[in-house]
Amino acid sequence: MAEFLSLAEAIATFVRDGDVVAMEGFTHLIPFAAGHEVIRQQRRDLTLIRMTPDILYDQLIGMGAARKLIFSWGGNPGVGSLHRFRDAVEHGWPAPLEIEEHSHAAMANAYEAGAAGMPCAFFRGYLGSDLPRVNPRITFVNCPFTGEELACIPAHRPDVTIIHAQRADREGNVLIEGIVGVQKEAVLAARRSVVTVEEIVDDLGTQSPNAVVLPAWTVSAVAAAPGGARPSYTHGYYARDNSFYKAWDAISRDRTTFLEWMKSNVLESHELHAR
Amino acid sequence: MNYTPAEIMTVGAARVLKDEDTCFVGIGLPSAACNLARLTHAAGITLIYESGTLRTRPSILPLSVGDGELCQTALTTVSMPEMFRYWLQGGRITVGFLSGAQVDRFGNLNSTVIGDYAKPTVRLPGGGGAPEIATSCGQIFVIMRQSLRSFVERVDFLTSLGHGRTGRERNAQGLKSKGPTLLVSDLCIMASDPMTKEFVVESLHPGVTRERVRENTGWEIRFADDLQETTPPTLAELEALRELNARTAAAHGVAAAE
Repeated sequence: MAEFLSLAEAIATFVRDGDVVAMEGFTHLIPFAAGHEVIRQQRRDLTLIRMTPDILYDQLIGMGAARKLIFSWGGNPGVGSLHRFRDAVEHGWPAPLEIEEHSHAAMANAYEAGAAGMPCAFFRGYLGSDLPRVNPRITFVNCPFTGEELACIPAHRPDVTIIHAQRADREGNVLIEGIVGVQKEAVLAARRSVVTVEEIVDDLGTQSPNAVVLPAWTVSAVAAAPGGARPSYTHGYYARDNSFYKAWDAISRDRTTFLEWMKSNVLESHELHAR
Repeated sequence: MNYTPAEIMTVGAARVLKDEDTCFVGIGLPSAACNLARLTHAAGITLIYESGTLRTRPSILPLSVGDGELCQTALTTVSMPEMFRYWLQGGRITVGFLSGAQVDRFGNLNSTVIGDYAKPTVRLPGGGGAPEIATSCGQIFVIMRQSLRSFVERVDFLTSLGHGRTGRERNAQGLKSKGPTLLVSDLCIMASDPMTKEFVVESLHPGVTRERVRENTGWEIRFADDLQETTPPTLAELEALRELNARTAAAHGVAAAE
């Protein structure tokens, strides 16, 4: 059953050095506040999973939290490169970063397989691509009924999944609306999960019986973190801060500028999300 | 009316889309072309972004593939596993628009690395949805700015399958989808030769010479026997595109197509 904790307590309790950690949210609902708390608590040797490592993972990688990255698209959406990610891959700074590279279809299938308790996922993918040559965890099997060649990859089973959502009720049931991405699958695939929310309410106020609700018994901890998705957005609460995504290009290009920004805005401040 | 190379490229790509198409849209040039088609001759076109937004009708171009505008104007929004399994893999998308850092004569695309994979000169963002878009959509239109750096003899890494390294690998895979059939650049429009599968220049944009296309292509480019000149953008097309870009710039401070 979900425990109600402060964000700092939730990360301290459920995220450990060396963990396989998934922080999901496809452009929408990216758990920045929680990721920043992971950086402040100086977690190390993490294997980070995420379909679209963008600014948050650039920050985690640049601060030396990651040993390995499992991903399918690592860029600043609509802007360009992730400079800290590139620096780690191209020059090993601040530490070498092992990468396991997939496609979006593969990542979505791997989360779904994890949620379903399956060891692996099958799908029609990677045909003719060089990715299977550089990622030994991509294999091919033949359908036992038709003989068709299908891609097969291991399921994602994170030690801990961290997501941000609109609301939780006082039992710890969680509502996610809008672009729902793979958050439900990522939470159900994980051994532990931390969910930050805009607000904790008496009634989730769902408009549809099919709204995505994660029942309280599937969540380890709920922490209130208003503005916790900024500079990404929370549907129904605040818009994406596109200007910050553009500004990040200059902040992150240089190692010193990056470290200074992280010191003032993350390590020594909790104000970033409260604007 | 004057127009830029980027404008004729976007207009050229928009024109090939049909009212009945269901189109998988990427950010940047494809998004501009698809929305221009919707705002001009193909009002009924179904646009799908990989964030799970089905039949979306944004009034501005999104900066990211998951902007709130896409969800708010969509018929419905589905999860990522549903997006990639039921809609893309299920064969419910007729056209995929792709781009990349490099393309070769057979429409193979690289969006992974420049140089060696283990020690890359440039680490690019990666394939994202493209490897399966390339094989699961009915056909693929490529839209890219043309230069020696991007139109190469051999892609450094084959992220997304066109017709394969020799033009025959796609058929050998037994894929039912057509793969790349068309390429629109800022210089010309190319179509895939039905026999050899290599891109052949079908029309040059006004003012562009064969020589200029050769100088900006890394392989020995062929020109169609009945080489045409691309019809210049009409006033209506240009106005619709510029209004879209102006709305976009006002909304997030930059034209997303650029």
